[in-house]
Order: sequence, then C-alpha cells, then structure tokens
Amino acid sequence: MRVWITHHLHSLKIALGRLRASSAASLMSVLVIGVALSLPASLYVLLANAQRAAGNVSVQPEITAFLKLDVDDMAAEQMAQALAKRPDAGAVTFVHRDKGMDKLRKAGLGDVMAGLSSNPLPHAITLAPTGADPERIDRLAAELRQHENVEQVSLDANWSRRLAAILAFGRELVWLLAVSLGIALAAIIGNTIRLQIYAQREEIEVSRLIGATDRFIRRPFLYFGLLQGLVGGLAAWGMVSLLIALLDGSVARVALAYGTRFSLAGLAAQETLILLGLACVLGFTGAYLSVTRTLRHFN
Amino acid sequence: MIEFSEVTKRYPGGHEALANVSLTIAQGELVFLTGHSGAGKSTLLKLMAAIERPTSGQIIVNGQSLGRMKRAALPYFRRNIGLIFQDHKLLYDRSVFDNVLLPLHIQGLTGPDAAKRARAALDKVGLLGRERARPITLSGGEQQRLCIARAIVSRPALMLADEPTANLDDAYAREIMDTFLAFHQVGVTLVISTHDQNLIRRYGGRTLTLANGHLTEGAAESPAGRDAALLTP
Repeated sequence: MRVWITHHLHSLKIALGRLRASSAASLMSVLVIGVALSLPASLYVLLANAQRAAGNVSVQPEITAFLKLDVDDMAAEQMAQALAKRPDAGAVTFVHRDKGMDKLRKAGLGDVMAGLSSNPLPHAITLAPTGADPERIDRLAAELRQHENVEQVSLDANWSRRLAAILAFGRELVWLLAVSLGIALAAIIGNTIRLQIYAQREEIEVSRLIGATDRFIRRPFLYFGLLQGLVGGLAAWGMVSLLIALLDGSVARVALAYGTRFSLAGLAAQETLILLGLACVLGFTGAYLSVTRTLRHFN
Repeated sequence: MIEFSEVTKRYPGGHEALANVSLTIAQGELVFLTGHSGAGKSTLLKLMAAIERPTSGQIIVNGQSLGRMKRAALPYFRRNIGLIFQDHKLLYDRSVFDNVLLPLHIQGLTGPDAAKRARAALDKVGLLGRERARPITLSGGEQQRLCIARAIVSRPALMLADEPTANLDDAYAREIMDTFLAFHQVGVTLVISTHDQNLIRRYGGRTLTLANGHLTEGAAESPAGRDAALLTP
C-alpha cells in the first residue's frame, strides 16, 4: 500500500514537472482544450437560461376556457368540478376572476390595471390534458367551445410544442458538439502525450532495462493527460464565466425593456464539477490510448 | 547462478550470434567473457539479462527459466541484476544523484531511505562529491562509475558488465576493475565482457572465450566441465 502511494505521488510529481518544463506547449494545448470544451458548455448554459426564461410557461399543452362574463362563481365552480371528473381533462384548475387579476399584477402589469374601475377579466378554467395525443386535445378544445358558459377557448399547445422542439434541438446540438469535440480533445491530448513519450524515449528504454514495469512507465503520462484535461477544464470554466459576465449586462437591458428582470446564471457547482470531471476523463482517455499504442512500438 | 544449455540465438535475417552454447556460472564467481568483436559477447550478456530471448535452448538465471518467463515478470527479474553498459546509458536530463535514485524509484523507494542508499552507492564508486553535477560534465571514467553506482544501488546478487573499460585509458580501467573486484569480494557474481587480454591476465578469474558464436573455452567451472569444453573445437 505504501509503495503504491509512493509510486503515485512520484508519478504525479514527474507529471507536474513535465507540465512546468514544457509550459509554452502545455499552455497552447490547455487553451485548445479550454476553447473546445467551452463551446458546448456555453451553449448548454445559454440553453439552460433560455429554458429558465421560458420557465413559467409549462411545456405541457394547456387548454384555457374563458367563461362568459355573466357566469357566476357557483356555476363556474360546478363546471370545473364536472370537467375534473373527465378522464381526458387531466389536472383542472379553476381560476377565479379576482385571482386572475392578482396574477396580472404580480406579472408586472399592475400599472395597466390601475386605470381600470372594475375587473374586466372573466373566470377561467385551465385543463392540462395528460396524454400528448394532439388529436384528443383538439377534440377536447372543440367540445369546450360548444359549451354554453364558454366565451373563448385558447389552446397553447402549438407554440409550447414549438418551444419544446427548439429546446430539444438545442440539447441535441449540445450533445453532438460535446461528443465530437470530446473525441477531438482526446486526440489532441493523445498527440501531446505521444510527443512527450518520444521526448522521454531514452528514459523509458533505460528504465525498462533496470526493471521498470510498463505501469511505472505509463503512470506519469496518464497523470500528465489528467492534469492537462483538468487545467483545460478550468480554462473552459473561466471562458464560460467570462461569456456570462459579458452577456449579462445586455441581457438585463433587454429584459428591462420588456419590464422584467432577468439575470443570466452561470454554471452551477454541480455542473462545474461535471465539466471538470469530463475534462479529466477525456485527458486520461487520450493519454491512455496514446501511451498504450506508442509504448507497443518501443520494444 | 547462471546455466545455459544448448542455447542458440539467431537474429531476424538469419545471422547466428550464438550456436549451441552450454555453460554454468556458480554463485560468487568472477567470470571474464572474451573474444573478437562480433563473437557474441554482447548477445550472451543480453540473453543473461533477458533483453534478448534465445532461439532455442534453455537459460536459467537466479533459478528462473528465462525462455518461459512472461513479459510481466521481466521487470522484477531485472531488478535483481546490475547491468553495466559500454555506453553507460545515463540520463543526461537529471543530476548524478537522480540517476542513481532511478532504480530505487522504480522499486517504489523514495524519501530519506532512498537518498541514503543512493549516497552509499555513490560513495562506493568515489562520486559522492559530484552528486549535484550533471552526468555530461563527468569524464568517461566517472560516467562509467556512475553507471556502476546505478547498477549496485539496488544491491543485486548478479552484475553483468558489457565492455565496461572499452573506452577508458589504462588508469581509469584499473579503477573500474578495482571497484568490480570489491563487489566480487563481498559475494556478488560478476560477468564482465572485455577484449582486453592484459586486464584478464592482471585480475585472473575464469575466462569464457567466444569465437563466431561458439564457446571455445571455459564452459563449466567444474573440472569435468572444463574437459568437455576442451574437447569441443
């Protein structure tokens, strides 16, 4: 056990020394790794922010039936209860006209409402059908339109479906970018390691002659790859944070123009850890493949 | 300690470096390996250190059969052998001291214990004052002594030296040989290849002579073996 720890500490020391010795070349590859990692990471962060911006709007299709103004509280509530019994209606919420007014006020439209003498809003009933079958939702909406109490039915399924599709496309793009750039990264790190191995060729040959195992020879290179990945990951984190800091001001101005507040969120602690972890894994994998392949050529 | 039975080594391309060599070297022996250039001295030493594998025949070193040894077992086998090379094979990117530390690091020994052993090894070859120097600044004789220090730091029971004095003048060569002799006196088995007949005459010891890949003299140390060796042309 002690020998094992000694070996690892020793390898780490060698790897750190090599990183320092080739600082210019290492800096370049760390930058490349950082830029390559920051692309999908930035896209991910922006996507997460877009989702948060659209967060109050549920992606699930929703039907809202606005009742006629002369329908009283009792009748409206009874109607809501009757609808709730239907299996295809999903979650049914009755929104009293006063509550609707409150909601608008909270949404920042209080100034507009202040000039009105009475509440112009009707009662509303929202349905959140559980099935994703658009035909059934359309049928339900048509049925509601026929109802004597109903003035208007709004079906927000279409635009929410579009939003969901765009976000899903964005997520797929993040994955595609992450996978392709990840492969490129492993290759870049592998190549740096290969050059390192050729630079250390003499040491490897002598070490083998005096009893070094392949593992002993391989270990410093694996640490080197891991460290390079880690530093590259940190660089990517810095670039994403910089991007967020740069964009936050203009996004806030846009939001202000719409009368709301919105601030871009950076990578959360957990997401940062995942980014760094992935960078390490990529560095290690690139180094491992390269070392195993290159060492086979020696001897 | 070392036993060859009917060992043949043929390199790719058909060159036969060793043909049907049988020999025994007992523990604690000092053996000189001699013969003209290309007679197979280096090949014989490489086979003993398992750097090369025999084409046919059996080799037993330290009780281990080298022909059947797995690749993964090789490093552990080599740790018990001190190898000394004609071209030293030193690492020029680190200090004299770090060169001697390398075998200890390979075996997982670091810290003050390792430093103490490295210093003791440097002391034995008279290089203690130069431990911070770079190997490139050492003379040829000093470089060879550094190579010896690196070989002895892991306290091997067997030392194999390939032409250790080939590039040295007489005074340096004598220094190196005296160092070797000191190890021989504490029980280390030594096999030294050389084409310097004066050296062999001066230090005595058993001599194995190779000619064109055939062992022509000194195959076994027992009298019976010696007779057998004399009978083969």
